[in-house]
Amino acid sequence: MSNSPNDSSSGPRQHLVEVGVAAFMALLGVITVIGSLQVGIGWGAEGPKSGFFPFWIGLIVVATSLYNLVRAYTHGSRKLFANWHELTQVLKVVLPLTIYVGVIPWIGIYIASALLIAGFMRWIGRYSWLLTLTISIALPVVTYITFEMWFLVPLPKGPLEDLLGL
Amino acid sequence: MDSIGDLMAGFAVVLSWQNLLYMVIGIVLGVIIGVLPGLGGANGVAILLPLTFSMSPTSAIILLSCIYWGALFGGAITSILFNIPGEPWSVATTFDGHPMAQNGKAGEALTAAFTSSFVGALFAVIVITLAAPLVASFALQFGPAEKFSVFFLAFCSFVGMGKEPPTKTIAAMMLGFALAAVGTDTVTGQLRLTFGSHELLSGFDFLVAVIGLFGIGEILLTMEEGLSFKGKAASINPTVVWQTWKELPRYWMTSLRSCLIGCWMGITPAGATPASFMSYGIAKRTSRKGDKFGSGEIEGVIAPETAAHAAGTSALLPMLSLGVPGSPTAAVLLGGLLIWGLQPGPLLFVEQKDFVWGLIASMYLGNIVGLIIVLTMVPFFAAILRVPFSIIAPIILVICAIGAYTVHNNTFDVVMMLVFGVAGYFLKKCNYPLAPLVLAIVLGDKAEESFRQSLLISQGGLGVFFSNGLVSTIMVLGLVALFWPALSNLYARLLTPARPT
Repeated sequence: MSNSPNDSSSGPRQHLVEVGVAAFMALLGVITVIGSLQVGIGWGAEGPKSGFFPFWIGLIVVATSLYNLVRAYTHGSRKLFANWHELTQVLKVVLPLTIYVGVIPWIGIYIASALLIAGFMRWIGRYSWLLTLTISIALPVVTYITFEMWFLVPLPKGPLEDLLGL
Repeated sequence: MDSIGDLMAGFAVVLSWQNLLYMVIGIVLGVIIGVLPGLGGANGVAILLPLTFSMSPTSAIILLSCIYWGALFGGAITSILFNIPGEPWSVATTFDGHPMAQNGKAGEALTAAFTSSFVGALFAVIVITLAAPLVASFALQFGPAEKFSVFFLAFCSFVGMGKEPPTKTIAAMMLGFALAAVGTDTVTGQLRLTFGSHELLSGFDFLVAVIGLFGIGEILLTMEEGLSFKGKAASINPTVVWQTWKELPRYWMTSLRSCLIGCWMGITPAGATPASFMSYGIAKRTSRKGDKFGSGEIEGVIAPETAAHAAGTSALLPMLSLGVPGSPTAAVLLGGLLIWGLQPGPLLFVEQKDFVWGLIASMYLGNIVGLIIVLTMVPFFAAILRVPFSIIAPIILVICAIGAYTVHNNTFDVVMMLVFGVAGYFLKKCNYPLAPLVLAIVLGDKAEESFRQSLLISQGGLGVFFSNGLVSTIMVLGLVALFWPALSNLYARLLTPARPT
């Protein structure tokens, strides 16, 4: 549906997204309350038990979120949260970033970063291969010099770095 | 006048070549961070914090606080030249700053903005120099109940002063407290809310949260808006600077008022953003040229910039003297103190004199150095913004990921960064404030500790929070701030006479 004419005039409504966000926050509140009950919310040998403070915090999260939920549903703006085109733009960052974050433990941060920058520049920015490769290789190299050699902070590495003996 | 002597000792600490170099590096990095979308003061400092672990605390705080000043300056450049606020507190600067640039007065607007920022910051630093030691010596006598009441007041101020709906502020803030509670209970050492997960044993780190919420979230918002940077050319020459400087003293009243608004909003943790809007609004109402605001009035640049800088700077006062930061960036700096092994709060003024006064002295020097750097290097900074977003965005993402990883050398933190980033996007779009959330993650453990200690003293009675004049006063102020939206609503209704219909 990426090229349909109503791309920029349709999309999820603000109030429904707000209902979703409030419901999710309420859920986190419920989880906090359950977790607090597990460790005890009463009075122990050292005063209030570990669950005492988060229990009340969790209850307030649930209460305010439920209020926000009802309020969003009844009084929330009926405008668009964002149209499909805008959401596609957001996904163009979220999806590559998810893959990037997922592969860091396997191939290391340097290769993953080079691929992320290259992919972005080539497919979203439509730059020439020369510029793309220059920047996507230069940045990890600069990072390596700054972090590993200058500040002595090791970053995650993968098989390629092992091969190169870095 | 002890503080003058201490301040001079502080200058002696700062005036080493090494520290001056850190100052310049910090300011330049800070301006770049402030200019780039997705990198702001708070997460810029958060990303660089792990690199300072091996430095001496004084050098580290000079570097990081100068990044903060730089970021405050940088926001103005993008607002005026590109009509894009690089930071939320420079939104109000776009109203008159960008029209001035369109009228060919970019140089005047920039000079006015930088100079006002400098004036605002200087005013706030003087306030800090004079007030912080007093507040600290006063706070030394605080027991757990008083400590908790200060936290209570700070968090209630967000509810009362924020422009977001109060229930959303409370929900976001309490979520922060809940996140802070995950992991080891600092009082009993017991594990809680981890649900058997190994990754959650050490809890959520606020640095990762800051990088995700402010960094990744901001990139997602920028992507959605589909920004294309079309800016005005920046040129500042000594003649323009001199002429603008000759004109500025005419607006001393606006300046002074903005300084006061800024300091007030910075110390009570409302922050730089509402301070800049409030200052702009009041200037517009009181100025003789008020009706021309929005079409390129220099006063409309002076007011928000002065207030934003005064607020941003004075946010460090409660952080240093009470251990309660007034802004997300101050919160990150406070986290830094903890990591460097310093205990923020009143004792800092007794035990770490060199550090505190070195920091305060560096605020004076840092802002002078900052003013010179931004005035001379504007074209360079503006050029950075002309680099297309499709090159800048992935680089910022990589920098954020590296920053999140280096906090604990843990790839799970990078995953959390992404989660916080997506959450930040939705929270921001749904009008939830992020600052109280972050502050709650930072201060959660300390607030809880003082709350539980107070209850221990009173054997469970809440009366301990109203047991003496001081603690009652702070608690009542907190309650007033908490119910301020409801109170002002009621007041407005009482004032409007019921009309017969």
